Amino acid sequence: MRFLISLHINPAVLDALTEEEKAAIGDGHGKFMEEIKASGELITTLALADPSQAAVVSVRGAAPVVTDGPYAEAKEFLGGFYLVDCEDRERAVALAAKIPDAAIEGLGVEVRPVMFADGNLDA
Amino acid sequence: MTEPAIEDLLREFAPQVLGALVRRHGRFEDCEDAMQEAVLAATVQWPGEGVPESPRAWLTTVASRRLVDQVRSEQARRVREAAVSAETPPEVPDTDDTLSLLFLCCHPALTPASQTALTLRAVGGLTTAEIARAFLVPEATMAARISRAKQRIRAAGGSFPPPGPDRLTVVLHVLYLIFNEGYTASSGDRLHRADLAREAIRLTRLVHARLPDDSEVTGLLALMLLTDARRNTRTTASGDLVPLDEQDRTGWDRAQVTEGMALAKASLAGTALGPYPLQAAIAATHADAPTAAGTDWRQIHALYLILERIAPNPMVTLNRAIALAEIDGPAAGLALLATLDGDDRMAGHHRLLSVRAHLLERSGDRAAAHDCYRRAAKATASLAEQRHLESRARRLRR
Repeated sequence: MRFLISLHINPAVLDALTEEEKAAIGDGHGKFMEEIKASGELITTLALADPSQAAVVSVRGAAPVVTDGPYAEAKEFLGGFYLVDCEDRERAVALAAKIPDAAIEGLGVEVRPVMFADGNLDA
Repeated sequence: MTEPAIEDLLREFAPQVLGALVRRHGRFEDCEDAMQEAVLAATVQWPGEGVPESPRAWLTTVASRRLVDQVRSEQARRVREAAVSAETPPEVPDTDDTLSLLFLCCHPALTPASQTALTLRAVGGLTTAEIARAFLVPEATMAARISRAKQRIRAAGGSFPPPGPDRLTVVLHVLYLIFNEGYTASSGDRLHRADLAREAIRLTRLVHARLPDDSEVTGLLALMLLTDARRNTRTTASGDLVPLDEQDRTGWDRAQVTEGMALAKASLAGTALGPYPLQAAIAATHADAPTAAGTDWRQIHALYLILERIAPNPMVTLNRAIALAEIDGPAAGLALLATLDGDDRMAGHHRLLSVRAHLLERSGDRAAAHDCYRRAAKATASLAEQRHLESRARRLRR
């Protein structure tokens, strides 16, 4: 079964971390990626640039309107995700628990089943 | 010989040759690599140069050479005793090790996902790319999964395990999983991936040919054939789901139904009644009904009762509730469903919600049925099923 493990970040929480803590998170993600790559569970993973780099596009009438900044008016933003194919929901939850963000107050790790996917997955 | 014919030939002989290599040398991991290379060489050479007189001998020779090469380079690297003598002349296998190979691929140290992948590659003769496509994952993901599975088998000894009834149970479960993956994709837009279902049937036939008196094997093959016979009537041209009672029964594959019915009957003749013959008997009862209204629900209910007793499972109870509702009315079915409410495995399960919705609709409680259909539509990960459940909900709102 395929699951999206999404990482919800709070820039204020991330900024408050020490350099050591940030490095530990990076190492943790590196280890996690190696592990699920070797087990044949990782499909793909992405990390997104800072939410301040986002733009919201809407079309009203004919002309698109572009507003700088993220869509959600929230403290947490989508920071990235892991798309995995694993045995079942239980395994997906166990994988999510290995992600360093899960151990940090103010960062969210969410597991959700995938319903449809298309595109060149090997790209 | 045409290329599809060559492919069939290769898929027939590859597991036999691989089985013989593993029996002779152990080292499943290396043998499997060597076999893949031999099959690749055949795919390149045979269409142009013609199929050799004895394809099996050819494959054995080429795979053995590759194996020797591998071991030699390993020797050079590590300077140690070879497990395979370079002088060993390749021999044509005279025993059929396909079953042993299947048992090895379904090693209990592997997860079901790895067992299915390895079975499809080593016994089914599919390429990693084909398996990846069938399971909708990138080739690299599937390659890693297969390689991890082979490592696990090496760690567990790498040679044939003693066959036993437990091992056969795992093999049949893996074949059943492959079939189901092909028949109803657990997620995604494609309702059935026919190739996997067909491959599962082919592999189950292979086991059946070697164990013709095993009633579980016979029952599983019957169940697959009877289920797959309905394939063309299960969806509309636009991909919408058609429930069993609305399917055009003239569109069922008659040859498959006939074969499935005969096998189901044979499987029930055994002394011990196992889960697959019972499920085959249920499928045969449906196949036997000329119309949905002519279904023998009493027999189906009785079969589910036995199944519930020998292999208790909330899904079986759920299916029995459907049969019970057909005999004693929707209230009886709903009462049985209520016994599943405390079961964690069923909490919020879309099947429980959709069956309850259906029975509520039949009992005339349109508002509650509508609510249940909507909740079921949210709970499923299949787009086709979601569309179906939403259309049911819409029908009630009018």
